[in-house]
Amino acid sequence: MTDRDRPAPEAFLRAAAQEGRGRLKIFLGAAPGVGKTYEMLSEGAARKRAGVDIVVGVVETHGRVETEALTRGLEILPRRALDHANHVLTEMDLDALLERRPELALVDELAHTNAPGSRHPKRYQDVEELLEAGIDVYSTINIQHVESLNDVVASFTRVRVRETVPDRVLEAAEIEVVDIPPDELIERLKDGKVYLPQEATRALSHFFSKTNLSALRELALRRAAQAVDAQMLDHLREHAVGGTWAGSERILVAVSELPSSIELVRAAKRLADAAHAPWTAIHVETPRTQGLGEAEMKRVADALAMASSLGAVVATVPAVSVVEGLKSYAVDARATQIVVGKSQRSRWFELRHGSVVDRLVRETPGIAVHVLATAAGPATPTGRRKATGAWGTRAGYGWSALMVAGVTAVASGLFHILDLGNVALLYLLPVMAAASLFGLRTGLFAGLVSSLAYNFVFLPPTGTLTVSNPENVISIIVLLGVAFVTSQLTSRVRAQADLAAGSARTNAALASYLRQLTALADAHEVAKAACAEIAGLLGVKVVILEQGATGLSVMAASLADPPLETMEIAAAQWVWDTGQPAGRGTGTLTASDWQFQPLRAGDRVLAVLGVARDDGRDPVRSDQLALLGSLLDQTSLTLERLRLEVEMRDVDAVRERDRLRAALLSSVSHDLRTPLTSVLAAAAELRRRIDDPLLDTIESEAQRLNRFVANLLDMARVEAGALRLNLEPVDLTDAVGGAVHDARRALEGRAIQLDVLPSLPLVNVDPQLFHHCLLNLLDNAGRYGDPGTPITIRAERSHDALTLSVMDEGPGLPAGREKEVFETFRRLEGSDRQVGGTGLGLAIVKGFAEAMGIAVEAGNRGDGLVGARFSLRFPERLLVKEADL
Amino acid sequence: MSGQRVLVVDDDLHIRRLLHSTLTRGGYEPIEATSAKEALALAAEHKPDAVLLDLGLPDRDGLEIVQLLKKASPAPILVLSARDSTDQKVAALDLGADDYVTKPFDSEEVLARLRVSLRHRLQAEGAMPVVRAGDLVIDLADRRIMRGDEEIHLTRKEYEVLRILAASPGRVVTHQRALEAAWPREYDRRIDYLRIVVRNLRQKLELDPARPSLIVNELGVGYRLITDG
Repeated sequence: MTDRDRPAPEAFLRAAAQEGRGRLKIFLGAAPGVGKTYEMLSEGAARKRAGVDIVVGVVETHGRVETEALTRGLEILPRRALDHANHVLTEMDLDALLERRPELALVDELAHTNAPGSRHPKRYQDVEELLEAGIDVYSTINIQHVESLNDVVASFTRVRVRETVPDRVLEAAEIEVVDIPPDELIERLKDGKVYLPQEATRALSHFFSKTNLSALRELALRRAAQAVDAQMLDHLREHAVGGTWAGSERILVAVSELPSSIELVRAAKRLADAAHAPWTAIHVETPRTQGLGEAEMKRVADALAMASSLGAVVATVPAVSVVEGLKSYAVDARATQIVVGKSQRSRWFELRHGSVVDRLVRETPGIAVHVLATAAGPATPTGRRKATGAWGTRAGYGWSALMVAGVTAVASGLFHILDLGNVALLYLLPVMAAASLFGLRTGLFAGLVSSLAYNFVFLPPTGTLTVSNPENVISIIVLLGVAFVTSQLTSRVRAQADLAAGSARTNAALASYLRQLTALADAHEVAKAACAEIAGLLGVKVVILEQGATGLSVMAASLADPPLETMEIAAAQWVWDTGQPAGRGTGTLTASDWQFQPLRAGDRVLAVLGVARDDGRDPVRSDQLALLGSLLDQTSLTLERLRLEVEMRDVDAVRERDRLRAALLSSVSHDLRTPLTSVLAAAAELRRRIDDPLLDTIESEAQRLNRFVANLLDMARVEAGALRLNLEPVDLTDAVGGAVHDARRALEGRAIQLDVLPSLPLVNVDPQLFHHCLLNLLDNAGRYGDPGTPITIRAERSHDALTLSVMDEGPGLPAGREKEVFETFRRLEGSDRQVGGTGLGLAIVKGFAEAMGIAVEAGNRGDGLVGARFSLRFPERLLVKEADL
Repeated sequence: MSGQRVLVVDDDLHIRRLLHSTLTRGGYEPIEATSAKEALALAAEHKPDAVLLDLGLPDRDGLEIVQLLKKASPAPILVLSARDSTDQKVAALDLGADDYVTKPFDSEEVLARLRVSLRHRLQAEGAMPVVRAGDLVIDLADRRIMRGDEEIHLTRKEYEVLRILAASPGRVVTHQRALEAAWPREYDRRIDYLRIVVRNLRQKLELDPARPSLIVNELGVGYRLITDG
């Protein structure tokens, strides 16, 4: 918990300065009242304490007392007044702020719309100008003001805000989510702690329902996670091994049920490696693939699993045809190369339907299509299709025949007012009806029957199937042709509708799952809900495991007492350790009936989910992969949210403990020192009246006790890690002078040689802690230096540091054991026989110095004199650059 | 000077006894209080000339008492405080305390501080146009600093800092007050600026700038100009 664990703000500032542009940090909240402004101001105040030059450009405290208290001590820029339509509006004074040029400006409410007459219509544009000028900015925003989320928020809150901020502003910023649980926010609302504009109160009270707040919170957390992801990706791209992602190539490989798919995947992987490109393996689900047999589905799943294990992104895309699916996915994913296999269809089939490859090449301009001719491989029995789907039902044929009969009857009745051509048109009705209701083949059947009936009943010579007039041959061909085209079209529409309905069902399931999750506040309940949901949607057994003290244990399961053997536990453990899926249907530990997937947030695995089927088949079908993926993502997100909440509570607990410890230390310190003060002062007072050597004993021993008490308390602070740093620029002359003054008793009879040039830079340290360091070093030198010898204090500037050394003239340190002197209670033999001390002093020096970022070194002096030398080394970042005066 | 009343507020019997002895030796007339309540009552009743106040009283927050005492009487307040609690010292000074003595204290130091504070109270601020410190003569009316016959030239900022220190000779001046005096614009008030100005002042005024004896640093609180008598 020491402050040195924090990233140095100087480093942050320096990086920003190099780029010449200021950094933006946004405090993102789910709703008004979560405390964004408060958070921004407290962080601003902390930075000010750290010596950063801060100005409040504009802040809306809305009269909240706690928030207003925070603005005290910060410099607030006066607002600029603008006359508008007879009343005066005040806005942030951008020009004054630019002229004032602070290092950091606090600008509240990023989405604010400026009053007419301002330089920019929107405040975020003001902020961009500040950043351009090299000024860092802290700002705040609520999630509903983010442009891309505006619609989403409006759709469930029914409150639409007009003030939005483009996403690019957020993308360039560091984002900190200010988050409180919905219940707490509602509580604050009831207590009147949330500011609402008078006219909006009613609309907004609906806004503050618990469901809305949960959803908003989810959005805010996700937006922040997205920002982190994007920044990470940028970083990876900049620093990727081997240079760049070579002109952002993206490779797509189409996986089918053919055995050659495995080869395609390997080929794609080679291409991707060569181009340092990300790649995706995609399986297009068409109406045809829905009729695939078990073995074929397994081959698809295998190929996808292999691709995934080789580092590909895997996707299953529903589409009307393979070409359509590949085309739309390739465009969305901005693929630059597509890998497909050579079709193994007959040449005849390709002539009729056009080859997939030809169409791909034609319809995806700008994308390179690699066609791989693969070895014929084992024959691919594609004939085992389910008869019902493609061929239609028997009832369908019956109804079609009936309809044709009905049309024939009606046409016969009306034949005296119809000519032959119109009769033919009537036959289109049963053909279209059959095609749209029962599918392609039934439609064709209706077309055939219609043309037969037309020929037999109406075409002369009637009563036979022969045709006398060549014109009538044409009408039969046209009838059949129209029947064919219509049935093709309607069946295609039907296929699309089925797919759409399927994805609508999936979306609805996901949405209801999400709603369910946001209401839960406990990880075990989330796990339980996830098990039930996934089991229901996928028709599988589900178990979720978490890491406990003794290994993985069951968090929740869809069935009582899930039968997990050692092998399953081992697979699950592997998943936990590596974050990669394992088990049946993956590339790892496949002997198990179960498949295990990690539930993860970033690199951290939160839990492991296992799925299996009762009949021992592959747990996840390829068409379920996408759905399972979404369910896993949602569950992970929720678990991560809960984990963060717990962590936050833990942080609060630690803070409370630190506070108690500090209180205890200060009270002990007071209780021990007060009597010592009395003893010392009483002895000094007595000395004015009588002269007795015993007074010396009282004084020197009380002094020693006082020093020990101070050291013990300091050591307790170091050991507890409870050091609070209060850094400020310190002049070494002052620090050394003060320490020499306070240590004057311990140094009695010694000369102090000061070799500290007044022109050295100031150092950024905690003056109190530094004082203690110097006191202890002087005390140490006073004790171990030979009697009557001087102590030398020397400061030296090197190119990257400043070193302050305290040197004595005495026995020095035993060679090779210099580091040991800094250990608690360590006094090196040969040097502690005659001198008193607790052995704490140097350990305190080390503890304090390192907490401030100062390195300590011990050794023997190398300037020709014999004695020990203790050095404090200030790295460059602790040195204060010469101020402009 | 003798016979001036000093109110001692401390809950520790031994400290009170000690201060009693010290004050009596210094020619003052001590009055003792053991709690905040008693202190306020005695301050109202006896109108002391100065107050020695321990901040760790059982019945009330120390800083609060500084404010209440300040309201009750114009007497200068000297705070007794532990070495580590710089924040408390600064806060007490901001609230109107005159100076502080760090525990464990030296009785001579207590008497010296008390003398400075009482004298300062007799002379209204700025009423002492000439301040002597070591071999320096600081003439606040003429804005001149002399060492013997030689005039020492200061920059504007250096003079402003020295002026605020000399306006309270012998008493601590917090960083904040020094900054406010010399830097009119709030955003310029940076402690590193002040440190550099003080360093330059020492170069010009001190006999040995490495061992300052005129402008001394008060750890974490401010500076003090050491003057004669």
